[in-house]
Amino acid sequence: MNLPVKAVGQVQRQVQLPLSKAVEIALKSMRVRLGRSILTLITIVMAMAFLTQVWLSNRFGPVIRTALLAKAHLAVHEPVADNGRLVWLISLSLLVCLVGISNAMLMSVMERFREIGTMKCLGALDSFILKLFLLESIFLGVAGTVCGIVLGVALAAAMMVVRYSTAAWSLIPWGGVPWVCLAALGIGTAITAAAAMYPAWKAARMEPIAAMRVEV
Amino acid sequence: MTAQTTAAPQGREEIVRTINVVKEYRMGDQTLQALKGVSVTIYRGEYISIMGPSGSGKSTLFNAIGGLDKPSSGKVFIDEVDVAQLDALELAWLRCRKIGYIFQTFNLIPVMTALENVALPMIFGGMLEADARDKAKAILERVELGHRIDNKPSQLSGGQQQRVAIARAFANDPAIILADEPTGNLDLNTGKAIIGLLKEMNRERGVTVISATHDLKMLDISDRIFWIRDGAVEKIQRRDEVTIDAGQMH
Repeated sequence: MNLPVKAVGQVQRQVQLPLSKAVEIALKSMRVRLGRSILTLITIVMAMAFLTQVWLSNRFGPVIRTALLAKAHLAVHEPVADNGRLVWLISLSLLVCLVGISNAMLMSVMERFREIGTMKCLGALDSFILKLFLLESIFLGVAGTVCGIVLGVALAAAMMVVRYSTAAWSLIPWGGVPWVCLAALGIGTAITAAAAMYPAWKAARMEPIAAMRVEV
Repeated sequence: MTAQTTAAPQGREEIVRTINVVKEYRMGDQTLQALKGVSVTIYRGEYISIMGPSGSGKSTLFNAIGGLDKPSSGKVFIDEVDVAQLDALELAWLRCRKIGYIFQTFNLIPVMTALENVALPMIFGGMLEADARDKAKAILERVELGHRIDNKPSQLSGGQQQRVAIARAFANDPAIILADEPTGNLDLNTGKAIIGLLKEMNRERGVTVISATHDLKMLDISDRIFWIRDGAVEKIQRRDEVTIDAGQMH
């Protein structure tokens, strides 16, 4: 074990912990609070499913329509896409998501004041507490986003079948799907990380004396 | 002040010294003095009780001694180091290695088992996981909880939780144990057992125990008692002096 160099008198500087330890504790805390997390998770799932579905539908629709028109002499009625409104709706759903996660995390930080204070009394550094809460939220975000993407892809495919008959199924251009999913994953993770920034910072700045507070 | 000089044991190593510590709180445009210049010295291996009614400044003094609260003026030395001079990393090190904290509300991390709770300060201190677990197990056996090491705090009684907390406080072999009302949430007998355990650990490991309390059971085992009133040290008594005064105390 490498001991840091002596600083003032007999006092040394506290060491940084490896990220794996923060991951381990974050996972443990999440498992215990699964019930509450599920509510937040649902918001993320829905918002990300909405985003993925709209995105994919916009890609699938024209391809399938052209293919169907070329194949048979079907008169396909393409509904006029109102992209402006869709972008507005998606932004709104993502914003709701952001505020929801932020709120849930903030509540979790306020509730756990004693736990945070105690960890600081035991020698946890600000950066460790920051990592703990950021990780917790990012795990939640990634899990929700992945579920949302799966749901969104399924919805987009189902919509094509409903709109253009079962013949559309074989015409779906799956090639671009992984890229859309990856982009959605990036957006989902970025939003949860952004949402957790302030609560995590607040937790990190909490004074160790919070551990002494008796009232809840 | 005269009480302090007569009660202090001579020729021993200092572990904590406060010099004229003042703590002020601003409440609107009024300034409230919680501590009005407290100077005390605590020696290595002593068992100190800080007694006083709530609002007396007892907790404020306790927190200042523990490096948890910065005084408005005056100095606090822990093991000859001026706490105010330390940066965040050094303070964290001090809390991790030099001081063990015991709380009224036990404050175990709810998502961790007893063993993980005791191992945590060692891991924060940079010890290897396996070594930390071995040592945590040994300390838990010392506090007679060898059979409950894999239990979560919610599966333990109050007394057992406080034993785990004591084990955790001793994890990094600190020089000072700070116990804030350690018996405040326990019934009479459990409280007695906890006080007994603290005293045993104090003797056998030579650790300085500083306890803020209004539990009179603490009087029997304390080496010295600091009586705090209105933000000042009213008197400092040795244990033998207390028994004489016991009648008037109640």
